[in-house]
Amino acid sequence: MSATVLYTVLSLTGIGLLAAVVLYYVSKKFQVTEDERIARVEAVLPNTNCGGCGQPGCHAFAEAVVKSGDLSALHCPVGGNPVMKQVAEVLGVKAVEKDPYIAVVRCSGSFEYRKKTNVYDGAPSCAIAAQLYSGDTGCAYGCLGMGDCVVACDFEAMYMDEKTGLPVIIEDKCTACNACVKSCPKDILELWPKGKKNQRIYVACLNEEKGSTARKECAVACSGCAKCAEACRYEAITIDHNLATIDPDKCKLCAECIDTCDVRNIVATNFSPEKLQQASEHRQKREERERRKREEEKAQATANNNPEPTV
Amino acid sequence: MKNRAFDKELKTFRLGGVHPQDNKLSASAPLAQLPLPKQVTIPIIQHIGAPAKVVVQRGDTVKVGQVIAQHEGFISSNIHASCSGRIGIIEEVMDSSGFKHLAVNIRVKGDDWLETIDRTDTLVEEISLSRDEIVARVMEAGVVGMGGAGFPSHAKIKVPEGKTIDTLIINGVECEPYLTADHRLMLEKPREIIVGVRILMRALGVSRAIIGIEDNKHDAIELFDEWLREDKQIEVQPLEVQYPQGGEKQLIQAVLDREVPSGRLPADVGVIVHNVGTTFAIYEAVQKNKPLVERVVTVTGKDVKQPSNFWVRIGTPVIELITAAGGLPESTGKVVSGGPMMGKAIADLEVPVAKGTSGILMIAQAETKRAEEYNCVHCGKCIEACPMGLEPYRLLLLSKAGQSEKSKRENVLDCIECGSCSFVCPSNRPILDYIRLSKTKVKKLK
Amino acid sequence: MSQSLLTVAPSPHIHTELTIPQVMRGVIIAMVPALLVSVYNFGLGAVYVTGLSILFCAGAEWAICKFLLKREPTITDGSAVITGMLLAFNVPSNLPWYIILIGSLVSVGIGKMSFGGLGNNPFNPALVGRVFLLLSFPVEMTSWPQAVATWSLDGTTGATPLGILKDGLRAGETVPALMQQMPSYTDFFFGFQGGSLGEMSAFALLIGLGYMLYRKIITWHIPVTMIATVFVMTGIFWFIDPTRFASPLFHVLTGGVMLGAIFMATDYVTSPVSHKGMIVFAIGCGVLTVLIRLFGAYPEGVSFAILIMNAFVPLINTYLKPVRYGRKK
Repeated sequence: MSATVLYTVLSLTGIGLLAAVVLYYVSKKFQVTEDERIARVEAVLPNTNCGGCGQPGCHAFAEAVVKSGDLSALHCPVGGNPVMKQVAEVLGVKAVEKDPYIAVVRCSGSFEYRKKTNVYDGAPSCAIAAQLYSGDTGCAYGCLGMGDCVVACDFEAMYMDEKTGLPVIIEDKCTACNACVKSCPKDILELWPKGKKNQRIYVACLNEEKGSTARKECAVACSGCAKCAEACRYEAITIDHNLATIDPDKCKLCAECIDTCDVRNIVATNFSPEKLQQASEHRQKREERERRKREEEKAQATANNNPEPTV
Repeated sequence: MKNRAFDKELKTFRLGGVHPQDNKLSASAPLAQLPLPKQVTIPIIQHIGAPAKVVVQRGDTVKVGQVIAQHEGFISSNIHASCSGRIGIIEEVMDSSGFKHLAVNIRVKGDDWLETIDRTDTLVEEISLSRDEIVARVMEAGVVGMGGAGFPSHAKIKVPEGKTIDTLIINGVECEPYLTADHRLMLEKPREIIVGVRILMRALGVSRAIIGIEDNKHDAIELFDEWLREDKQIEVQPLEVQYPQGGEKQLIQAVLDREVPSGRLPADVGVIVHNVGTTFAIYEAVQKNKPLVERVVTVTGKDVKQPSNFWVRIGTPVIELITAAGGLPESTGKVVSGGPMMGKAIADLEVPVAKGTSGILMIAQAETKRAEEYNCVHCGKCIEACPMGLEPYRLLLLSKAGQSEKSKRENVLDCIECGSCSFVCPSNRPILDYIRLSKTKVKKLK
Repeated sequence: MSQSLLTVAPSPHIHTELTIPQVMRGVIIAMVPALLVSVYNFGLGAVYVTGLSILFCAGAEWAICKFLLKREPTITDGSAVITGMLLAFNVPSNLPWYIILIGSLVSVGIGKMSFGGLGNNPFNPALVGRVFLLLSFPVEMTSWPQAVATWSLDGTTGATPLGILKDGLRAGETVPALMQQMPSYTDFFFGFQGGSLGEMSAFALLIGLGYMLYRKIITWHIPVTMIATVFVMTGIFWFIDPTRFASPLFHVLTGGVMLGAIFMATDYVTSPVSHKGMIVFAIGCGVLTVLIRLFGAYPEGVSFAILIMNAFVPLINTYLKPVRYGRKK
């Protein structure tokens, strides 16, 4: 009996020791030395592995920043400036501030405005529908409404509005990770500077058809009438292929263009109605002034060209 | 004397295949001329390759057969006016592809043909042109593959350097259910088609041609057999009825038991395949100097009043064909340009008939609506059906997971999009939908 | 607009009639002859066990979907009914209701729904339930009512032919002597033998196979290969020593080989997808069955053999690809 116990204990201890020695040796021999800063950078990152930075995941991002040691090209959109500041501290370099971005939906062709011209019955995926044909409404540029973007979003920051058939972005949750933008076959989604006080102005349409055709396809399509572009004091609005586009870098958020659009399809987020009203009045006054000035100049010119005969 | 076609063993391809009901409702409807429409809209991209360049302007008067868009490069094709009249608006319109493409509108006035075109029905058997002249004539006439793919035919006639072609296969299979355009053409123009085959043989420099016809077209097999009794070079090969036998690769496997290596062309195994419709168009182009301005289109469907086969001018709106066949049935859920397996559903009945439009099919909503989807049960029916030996169920999963690299390794690009997998799937899974998506993504990988 | 909108979808625009509910219905129809034979043999007991089993399986699936997974119940696809029927086919016809209930819960709950429902389960649910019961209730699961058409619930019980064989050989008797105690091959063929509810008659099961082949629900690969493997392998042993090993015909006609080869191994979900894979899988099932029968502790090994091979299916699917067109080396 005692011999059995002894042998058992001895042999198990022996195996244990042998295994310990082997493990120790292996761990020393095959140890991979990794820059310990990588782990520290990774610790401050959000660790969502969304790929919004352009790297395959947070670990890869950490490796990339540690390797380059420069923060100008790499930015974590999810963590934003606070996280990047921490990363900079870990690396002991200067943080590069970047304006926060947010995704915007550049289509307002809801069910109400954009009538169905056929019924899609294929696999419920925008990518598949977009490959098959131009869409189930007349508009070949608009949202297909099957929510590939919502599926792509890792942050539950989007949902499909059942009343309009368009995706909606939840401002507080969107991290500008770019996943929805990549998933949209019609390029409806776009990253836009989040703006001061969360205020943004953009044209919610991508239709490049001629005005009359575009309006037949969708009641709120941009017809490229250029009224907004004329009203803009900062030359932030350009008309290209019958479509108005606002350059967010030039836009000063004066909101004077909003009510020039006859289908009200320039979206201004988080503006109070009073502010919009003011902007509109301001613009009208300015235009009135300019008109008067032009008239005066014209009168002046007429006067100069036809000098009254002196007696 | 050579063996009669009926004594021959029926052949078919080895991998996969399905048997949808063939529903050839219009098989006994003789070819009829569709009345000239009021206007035609002719897309200038009806072929694979570079788009043609429009050479007319709004307001110009054109005759039938006049070039309205000139080919750009060798892999491209001429587009001709299919009706005489005045050129209308030239703009992007929806065509049967489901997207907007540039098209030329002609307001039809009279039926005034170019004088150089021989419009008589006399059979011209004597082939006087040389190989190069044939290629040039076919190119000039804008003939493209009329089975649907739309590859410019002249490019397929010119034997690539360093390759030898030993056999010409004529595709008279028409394996798509419902369609009868090729069948009727074979019945009514057998001798023209045979001359077309001889033209192709001369151009390719081959001494052997095989016309493959499926066994459900007995009358056509018999007819060709009769006309070819004395011919030592051209033979008829009856084939078992099985979809997708009309696929180029499947037909080559069925007739000659050769396999086209992945990513290569039939010419690499010494074969060129032409469709009977194309062969007839080549006959007309070479012997009659007639460009491709009209084609046979089957208008059919279970609820269609008069399933028909029409001679239709290219660019005719689809609605004209439907009206001529007795109108759009009440039950219609889908209108398909082409056959039910590979055709494209169209959303707009003003879409014009193109060179590759072989049929207009009206399917009842009840029959075509996609049924409830279940989980994949791994029954293996898609594998059994796939004529390319792929694993469609796996490709679907990989596509959904966005695994393009793996899909590529699973040979997703070999898929011929015949639709057999989606057709047989007992779980009604949209297999081909996702495989197509995957193919697009994999092509972008390169 | 008077005309309703046209539908647009990617091709193909037509679909075969054979969808999941149709397939399941076909399998159920194919099982009816075997059920009739056991009703003839065991009377009400067979009806009682089969009915309860179907009810419990379908009920379990419904309840799990409704209350645990909170999604639309999926019993309309008919797979739960098949699981119920197959479970009943694999148990004695005098099984008490609570054992059937436990078996059904294990089959559907653990065997199928815990993996995500139809299509995701690696093991045949009915066999999972059966083996669970066999290990948990060895007495109830192996007291086989004798095959006499009795319309009462308590008949006499006895062993299966395979059981007699195993016990007899252990006791030192020879095969020819044991064979004297057993019914004739004709009786085996038409189902006059002791055993599980559904495995009685090779004839009835073959009718079911014929029907499923005709409807193109399954292909010949698995059933034919598996039966042939069992036949050939037992044949080899029989040829070596007919006093220690029973004849191949005996092995094919008794026990669960027919039932297993025709209805259990052919389960879509848990069998390989390609023909090549199916053949490898069926050979594996056959070999394991024979090994367990001849050298194992249990008299019967079909259930274990199929369950073991189920575990290899993902591997088989990964490595045995169908022949690709145009990729010959």
